[in-house]
Amino acid sequence: MTVSTSSTRRAGTGGPAQVPAPQQARRLGWGQRMSRFDLKVSPYLYISPFFILFGIFGLAPLLYTAYVAVHQWHPIGGKGEFVGLDNFTAILQQDQFWNAVGNTFSIFLISTVPQLIVAVFIAAVLDSNLRAGTFWRMGVLLPYVVAPVAVALIFSNLFSEQFGLFNSLLGMIGIDPVPWSSDVIPSHIAIATMVNFRWTGYNTLILLAAMQAVPRDLYEAATIDGAGRVRQFFAITVPMLKATITFVVITSTIGGLQIFDEARMYGGGSGSGRGGPDGEWKTITLYLWEVGWNSTNFGRAAAIAWLLFLLILLVGVVNFLLTRRISSQGGDR
Amino acid sequence: MTSIPAIAQSAGPGAARAAARRGARKSSPFASGERKPGKLTYTILSAFVLFSAFPFYWSFLIGSKDNDFVYSGEFTLIPGPNFLDNVKRVLESDINFWGATLNSLIAATSMSVSVVLLSTLAGFSFAKLRFKGRRGLLVSVIATMAVPTQLGIVPLYLIMSKLDLQGNLLAIILPGLVTAFGVFWMTQYLQDALPDELIDAARVDGCNLIRTFWHVAMPAARPAAAMLFLFTFVGSWTNYMWPSIILDRASGTLPVALQGLQSQYYTDYPLILTGALLATVPLLIIFILAGKQLVAGIMAGAVKG
Repeated sequence: MTVSTSSTRRAGTGGPAQVPAPQQARRLGWGQRMSRFDLKVSPYLYISPFFILFGIFGLAPLLYTAYVAVHQWHPIGGKGEFVGLDNFTAILQQDQFWNAVGNTFSIFLISTVPQLIVAVFIAAVLDSNLRAGTFWRMGVLLPYVVAPVAVALIFSNLFSEQFGLFNSLLGMIGIDPVPWSSDVIPSHIAIATMVNFRWTGYNTLILLAAMQAVPRDLYEAATIDGAGRVRQFFAITVPMLKATITFVVITSTIGGLQIFDEARMYGGGSGSGRGGPDGEWKTITLYLWEVGWNSTNFGRAAAIAWLLFLLILLVGVVNFLLTRRISSQGGDR
Repeated sequence: MTSIPAIAQSAGPGAARAAARRGARKSSPFASGERKPGKLTYTILSAFVLFSAFPFYWSFLIGSKDNDFVYSGEFTLIPGPNFLDNVKRVLESDINFWGATLNSLIAATSMSVSVVLLSTLAGFSFAKLRFKGRRGLLVSVIATMAVPTQLGIVPLYLIMSKLDLQGNLLAIILPGLVTAFGVFWMTQYLQDALPDELIDAARVDGCNLIRTFWHVAMPAARPAAAMLFLFTFVGSWTNYMWPSIILDRASGTLPVALQGLQSQYYTDYPLILTGALLATVPLLIIFILAGKQLVAGIMAGAVKG
């Protein structure tokens, strides 16, 4: 720190509040004036690409969605008349919409909950002096590089009702074939399996990274106090991971409620693309796509987008509160 | 300038902490004695990794058979002789496999390069420069992470049609040039990994901010940047919904092409799974080559979570 002589230089380090009042008395050289300009303007310049791009391709579409949602709107014909909330009420009266909401929640719950529990567990297992640690970590992350579309194609085969591996294996132990693509719950389990396949390892590594930052002396102290590993896990690890667990839960929620790829590609033939012959695994996003691009009703598709957005916000808030509760309770035990 | 990255890496607080952690683990009788993994640990991990790797093997297995086998319901783990034949069929089918690979490559590369540069630039600004409204702006970046961009696809489609970018790779590249996650990630990382003294030193040496960024911040950011690059690359490579809506057969990326494989030959599993495997191979190669850095990057970057 001794090197910095002028306070302008210190500006970069957020130094003490001796930020100079404009010193008109002392004449600044060209270079110094440039440097001051540089320090003042550059920070905004550096962050501006994000805000500009987000404004154009993130925020504007989202707001524009609200505008489209209150109009009749055809993909090619363009804007029709203003219909107020008609699109919303029409959607809310569709059985298909509520079916999609139910499917989305069902798939979301049977994927996210076990996935995060397994992720925390595997992360805890990885968080020890492993031999060939990098190998195990890479192995865990491996599924992340497979595109959901490819995952869906592969698992469609594995879950195929007549000749799929899973039903063959079940047959070997004398269990009747499960209707993986014609019954609601089995199809949800199949899709949840794909989601879990791809994301468990990813979440494991994020959690593991946070676990590694937990000071080791906490565990040592707990060991001296006679706490076993399980107890240490709940009394130290879980509370210390509160922020990360919240992060993982929130991102999984946002992703889980928007599930599309797997649902669109699942099923190989019968009802694939429409979420099942009778919409057994049609999710909200799949329904949105169908209304927008199959039925060419952009107004209603936009209304679905907004409803989904509100749903995500709602679940996000509930999740946030729940996670806080659970992880702070862990500390009390 | 060349010595700076070395200093940054050895003197960064993150590095110091990591070293201390390693030291503590080795020397402490409690840490190593109590937490030494046993057979059970390796068994659990092996099972999990097997679960992770199995679908790869399965797609190769089915890809090495013919359709009769799939529909015979027989079960075997021994590959058949038809793999190359199926590869040939994928490449010769009218899904334009090579074209789709090239499209994926162009889109993923340009997005990753841009995300890394722009996110590091913004992260440098947020982590190390002081300016009015900094906190508020950073909070708003984080808040945008909660906005699901997928939900804007209807108007995004309208915008892209207006710009005449339908069927143009730019339609998927432009919205992905920078991400809130990237900005947040680099801000977090640079806060710890880039000592203020280095910035001061560079400025005393007469560097303006942009040169300081390029010669000091960029090298210090390398581990986290590598991770961000790979995550962005994978994200782009595997993205399906938006490309499937806005691109057409000629400009489609690999997931879009794979979809074509399914709808054309919906029951031809050897063909479909060979295609799925082929579409994953490039990422698999990158992952195996760079996976070590990737994993190290995650471990280094998410210190705060």
